[in-house]
Amino acid sequence: MTRERIREVFLGIGHWAVVVVFSVLLAFPFYWMLITTFKRSNDLYNLKNNPFIFNERPTLEHLRLLFGETLYLRWVANTALVGLLVVLITLLLALPAAYALARLTGRWGERLGIAIFLTYLVPPTLLFIPLSRVVSTLGLQDTIWSLVVVYPSFTIPFSTWLLMGFFKSIPKDLEDAAMVDGLTRFGAFIKLVVPISLSGILTVVIFTFTLVTQEFVYALTFISPEVHQMVGVGVPTFLVRGDVYYWGSLMAACLITSLPIALVYNLFLDRFIAGFTVGAVK
Amino acid sequence: MFLPAILYVVALIGLPLVLAVLYSVGDVKVGSVGYHFVGFENFRSILQSPAFRRSLLNSFIFTVGSQVLVLVGSTILSLALEKQFRGRGFVRFLILLPWVAPVSLGAIGWKWILDSLYSVINWVLVALHFYKPYSAPMWLGEPTLAMISVILVHTWRLLPFSTVILLAGLTAIPKDIPEAAAIDGAGFWRTMFQITIPMMLPIVNVAILFGVIFTFTDMTVVYILTRGGPYDTTQVVPSLAFFTGILGGDLSEGAAISLFLVPLLVAVAYLMLRIAHRAEVA
Amino acid sequence: MAVVETRALTKVFKRGELGAVNNIDLLTEEGEFLVLLGPSGSGKTTLLRMIAGLEEPTSGEILIGGSVVNRLTPRERRIAMVFQSYALYPHLSVYKNIAFPLKAQGVQKAQQREKVEWAASLLGIKRLLDRKPRQLSGGERQRVALARAIVREPTVFLLDEPLSNLDAKLRASAREELEHFHKRIGTTTIYVTHDQVEAMAMGDRVVVLHQGYIRQIGTPTQVYDEPADTFVATFLGSPPMNLLEADDVIVGFRPEHLIPAALVRPEAAIPLRFRVQLVEYLGVDWILYGSMEGGRFHGKEVISRLPSAMSYVADTVHDFAVCDKDLRFFDRKTEKRIPPKALSWQ
Repeated sequence: MTRERIREVFLGIGHWAVVVVFSVLLAFPFYWMLITTFKRSNDLYNLKNNPFIFNERPTLEHLRLLFGETLYLRWVANTALVGLLVVLITLLLALPAAYALARLTGRWGERLGIAIFLTYLVPPTLLFIPLSRVVSTLGLQDTIWSLVVVYPSFTIPFSTWLLMGFFKSIPKDLEDAAMVDGLTRFGAFIKLVVPISLSGILTVVIFTFTLVTQEFVYALTFISPEVHQMVGVGVPTFLVRGDVYYWGSLMAACLITSLPIALVYNLFLDRFIAGFTVGAVK
Repeated sequence: MFLPAILYVVALIGLPLVLAVLYSVGDVKVGSVGYHFVGFENFRSILQSPAFRRSLLNSFIFTVGSQVLVLVGSTILSLALEKQFRGRGFVRFLILLPWVAPVSLGAIGWKWILDSLYSVINWVLVALHFYKPYSAPMWLGEPTLAMISVILVHTWRLLPFSTVILLAGLTAIPKDIPEAAAIDGAGFWRTMFQITIPMMLPIVNVAILFGVIFTFTDMTVVYILTRGGPYDTTQVVPSLAFFTGILGGDLSEGAAISLFLVPLLVAVAYLMLRIAHRAEVA
Repeated sequence: MAVVETRALTKVFKRGELGAVNNIDLLTEEGEFLVLLGPSGSGKTTLLRMIAGLEEPTSGEILIGGSVVNRLTPRERRIAMVFQSYALYPHLSVYKNIAFPLKAQGVQKAQQREKVEWAASLLGIKRLLDRKPRQLSGGERQRVALARAIVREPTVFLLDEPLSNLDAKLRASAREELEHFHKRIGTTTIYVTHDQVEAMAMGDRVVVLHQGYIRQIGTPTQVYDEPADTFVATFLGSPPMNLLEADDVIVGFRPEHLIPAALVRPEAAIPLRFRVQLVEYLGVDWILYGSMEGGRFHGKEVISRLPSAMSYVADTVHDFAVCDKDLRFFDRKTEKRIPPKALSWQ
């Protein structure tokens, strides 16, 4: 073996070490949620037990508690409903906006697009105080409608930006050809542009939906009653009674909520990232 | 066509922003009806408050601390993930979990891992005889440890995001550049530090800018883990705004506090525009 | 300086699939300009990348300067390579690009400067040293890539289609520049291209590759005049050689050899009736597309290429001829070249 080969072997080992260490560090909390979900309380709260293994038989008690005696499913349903409505509003407003900006000739389309994108950077923690007043003035306090109205304010900007990218990749010739063939511009948009950018639209749907499930600040601020909560606020707030944490059910809820979102998000990841790179990567 | 989207965004971002400014120079409280202009009274009082100064300092410590860790970690991880290997897709899924799972649920998972009594970390430390039973560190109960914990959880959450952004930048480097470096006689480290990493710089900037925004304006991790405690030692600007404005009911002071996020946002927006502009020119 | 040799070199990318490069035996001469010519997918680039050490051979040996280099990394082989895209480091100035191989070798700063300036003046790019690659034109980029390649005086030069990113006008001057450059440096050079004009113009010898196999190695005149098989015969030359099938042979002749009967001595030529169907005027030449009239090849399509002094119109029949010495014969089954055969043309 030459020195170079020995080096390659070491680099290979280093590579695996990096991958394994990072995977373990990053995924550990989810593994921990999984273990906790199925452990008996006696097992969980006994310092003498090795926490990494089941010292007593696994149990479904925490899941029973979560699904039977808490409003978890109600929170999931609330979240799904808000997600759905926000997706609809976002598509309705972002699709035409993105298309118009993508076809706007000259630099202004790009600049306006970037301006819209920048509003995505305005954080909820800057706006939640005045918005809480606005929401109560509109009589939407403590209902999920407050979130349905407010959430599009951050889903529209990013979705418009993402869709702009997709629309730009469709050659204008294609639309011109369709219009020469007798379609109106609107017809060309519906019959040509939308089907071609279906994957982009799907990306926006997923992105909007996951943003809704991940949002915490507005949901915490606008809604107090347990029954109207979103899952992201309900779980960490109402599965804690005073000072007592129902860790088993809490971890079960975290895991069950996170995994599906993570799985779907993962499928569309590369497209989201393309939106985040602001053209610094071609 | 983009007018509806822009109006919506202006109504829900521009208008609250104006309201926030108005509140900050007034005396609006939950339940109050009138509005009195008080000038910079709110700013004067929060600048004199030790709690606010502390939170401003904390915000910087959290942001800088976690971003340094994120940057180093994500650079290493993205370089390791760029190589093709078996199980790469699964590893990527594991690594992404912290980012794609809802923040509040990931944070509550950590709250369990860092529990004052049943922390698995402490169990390991005791088992390895670093600490005697019941004398292991209170991760969220001591000021310095609590601060480190919050920084680490932020790092945990943002590392995947930064990694995939850097990965996008890495895969955009044409394959023959590292090949040319190999032929020119550069070894692994020279190629990495003189070719790969310098070529990633523009995209690293994007990752840093997003990371700074997402950390500096976030209150979820602090809210769930420590509620700003012990004794406000982990309080950050957004969470202080929440406690003052929403829970304390002093909308004016809360709004004034959150307006301290604006200079940073403006700076980031400016830098982002420069990156976008350079991408446009190149 | 050194020669490059490959012995039974083979590369199979996917097990069970056809090899990208099969059993290649190649030996360059000292200081030679060797061109690997073939259509896309012929394995020419894979072959070059194996010699560079960027691709690991499935089997076979690579020798540089007489010693086996299979196990050596690219940097240990002391070769230089110019990529199709030039692969200039975009974040480094021209100066730093050229100095990069020297830095990697640990050459001292002062000596680096000396060598970079030598290479830059050799290629006439001294005034560009402070620029970044994106501020350069295509031709300038090629020169920078060449300067980076010669600066550490490699034993072998490998060039992978370096002209294919240039527009047609620039390509001719860049080609000429490369030829001058090779004459001055005299380093053994292996040059990959799919462009037969480049291959013929620049190569001391041309290696014609097809589907991972060597079809012929020879000087440009050899591969053009004495093609080893029908692939080489039709791949080289534009328009390609006319091929006519007769019994168990294929007889071929180049378009420029199908000429009016009046121009040849009748006793040393085959007379043919030629029906002109389409005429293309190319300035220097006429290209006549047509078919044989009468005889056993009646209706077969053939092409003739004539100097522009003559003039023909479509849909006319003429007496043409091909000299005996210009006929090439191939075996119909193997498509390999065979000695001339008596053949009835009636």
